[in-house]
Amino acid sequence: MTTTAPETGALEAVFEAAVAADERIEPRDWMPDAYRATLVRQIAQHAHSEIIGMQPEANWITRAPSLRRKAILMAKVQDEAGHGLYLYSAAETLGTGRDELLDKLHAGRQRYSSIFNYPTLTWADVGAIGWLVDGAAITNQVPLCRCSYGPYARAMVRICKEESFHQRQGYELLLALSRGTEAQHAMAQDAVNRWWWPSLMMFGPPDDESAHSSQSMAWKIKRHSNDELRQRFVDICVPQAESLGLTLPDPDLRWNEERGHHDFGAIDWDEFHEVLRGNGPCNEQRITQRRRAHEEGAWVREAAAAYATKHAAEHGEATA
Amino acid sequence: MTAALALGDDALVLSHRLGEWAGHAPVLEEEVALANIALDLLGQARVLLSLVGDEDELAYLREERAFRNVQLVEQPNGDFAHTIARQLYFSAYQRSLYEQLAADADSPFAPIAAKAVKEVAYHRDHAEHWTLRLGDGTPESHSRMQQALDALWRFTGELFEPVEGLSVDRDALRDGWLTDVTDVLRRATLTLPDGPQLGAWTAGAGRQGIHTEPFGRMLAEMQHLHRSHPGATW
Repeated sequence: MTTTAPETGALEAVFEAAVAADERIEPRDWMPDAYRATLVRQIAQHAHSEIIGMQPEANWITRAPSLRRKAILMAKVQDEAGHGLYLYSAAETLGTGRDELLDKLHAGRQRYSSIFNYPTLTWADVGAIGWLVDGAAITNQVPLCRCSYGPYARAMVRICKEESFHQRQGYELLLALSRGTEAQHAMAQDAVNRWWWPSLMMFGPPDDESAHSSQSMAWKIKRHSNDELRQRFVDICVPQAESLGLTLPDPDLRWNEERGHHDFGAIDWDEFHEVLRGNGPCNEQRITQRRRAHEEGAWVREAAAAYATKHAAEHGEATA
Repeated sequence: MTAALALGDDALVLSHRLGEWAGHAPVLEEEVALANIALDLLGQARVLLSLVGDEDELAYLREERAFRNVQLVEQPNGDFAHTIARQLYFSAYQRSLYEQLAADADSPFAPIAAKAVKEVAYHRDHAEHWTLRLGDGTPESHSRMQQALDALWRFTGELFEPVEGLSVDRDALRDGWLTDVTDVLRRATLTLPDGPQLGAWTAGAGRQGIHTEPFGRMLAEMQHLHRSHPGATW
């Protein structure tokens, strides 16, 4: 094995130089095993989040209160399935398969975003998800458009465009409620109260507890720390909440002139860890529905495969 | 205008049923495809209902007996084969219908049909491909598909009942539909169901506001939020 060491060293040097020069790493390029593994984990988790994330919103498709809102929501859920497909494709360039990743999701061996373990209890939750959850996702994802791994970065460019559109629609939904009847306004405020803190948790644990952060930043997979992005998100949301005519449920939230940022209250990290451990309000429900859809669809996928095999064989014989 | 209401309700109700699949489809590609079809149909429904009045009033404030859709589109999704059988029957009908309407310069529906015909051709294509895969896939998928076709067959006759204000050549519509469906089923190694296409209860019933039991429950879910906030805008 010692004979290959200098060669690996040379490859590693080329890789490091490419990352340092802000060049994109492409699927056929050499990359460290750990870089590959980190990307598979992150892209898979991202893809899974799109797929599981369809559930809380799809929960309201059949109850959307106007046909216009129903069309917007259906289009959004459809986009999420599309984002899942882009991301599974990006993950596949790293030498894994969609089926394998889905199996890991179903077995609980890969994660999805903790936010989708919260329930959508009213129509206003659909707006709060658009404004806050998609808003947090965009804050996280825009820097990923410059991620060092090419296929992931390119997927993010496409996804961010669509996500920004959804986010504006969510904001507009809340605005309509906030300016509507008293009951609608109360519904909007209640949804923001329930989604605000979980949205802040979407940026992950604080910097001093984030296991993968420093290596990901060195590899330029990540460009900013969790706490930096969380602060950016809070600073963006405060004026938006004001123009919505809604309040954010944090008594400690105030402008800090000295820092040029908003100070905000302490996040309940115990809750965050419980949700990650599988003990959030909807963890069980979400994964059960996903598994059931997959299991109940098995005969359909088998039929498609059998049909393809049959007809590929016929075609092969005809042309042979 | 009864015809706009009938065609609009067909699209609205089927769109709703397809929307129920979101998050439950057998493959991700079908999440995209079913939502896509649902959206096309919802778009058609909105245009058609707007010819009659306010789209939301019509969708959310009419009771079951005032809906004019055929019973076929309100049938529950069942398994994937039932959804595809319903989709094949309906999209083959919708394609023939819209082709006729688009070609008829005198029809008030010509402009709508001209746009919709491209969408429904895609829906029909999607249904055909899945009918082939399921019919000619595994023994299980073949039997499920045949069962679904048989179960929904009795709702197909209603598609060709007269609709007030809808001027079409109904014989041509029916013949075109039958040729089309028969051909797809033959290629899918499936058999055209041989029972009656119209039950005593389904003879033009949906068009007269007589529906099947699952429909009321579907409307209860669809309308409950809108009805809970009278006069609100969303």
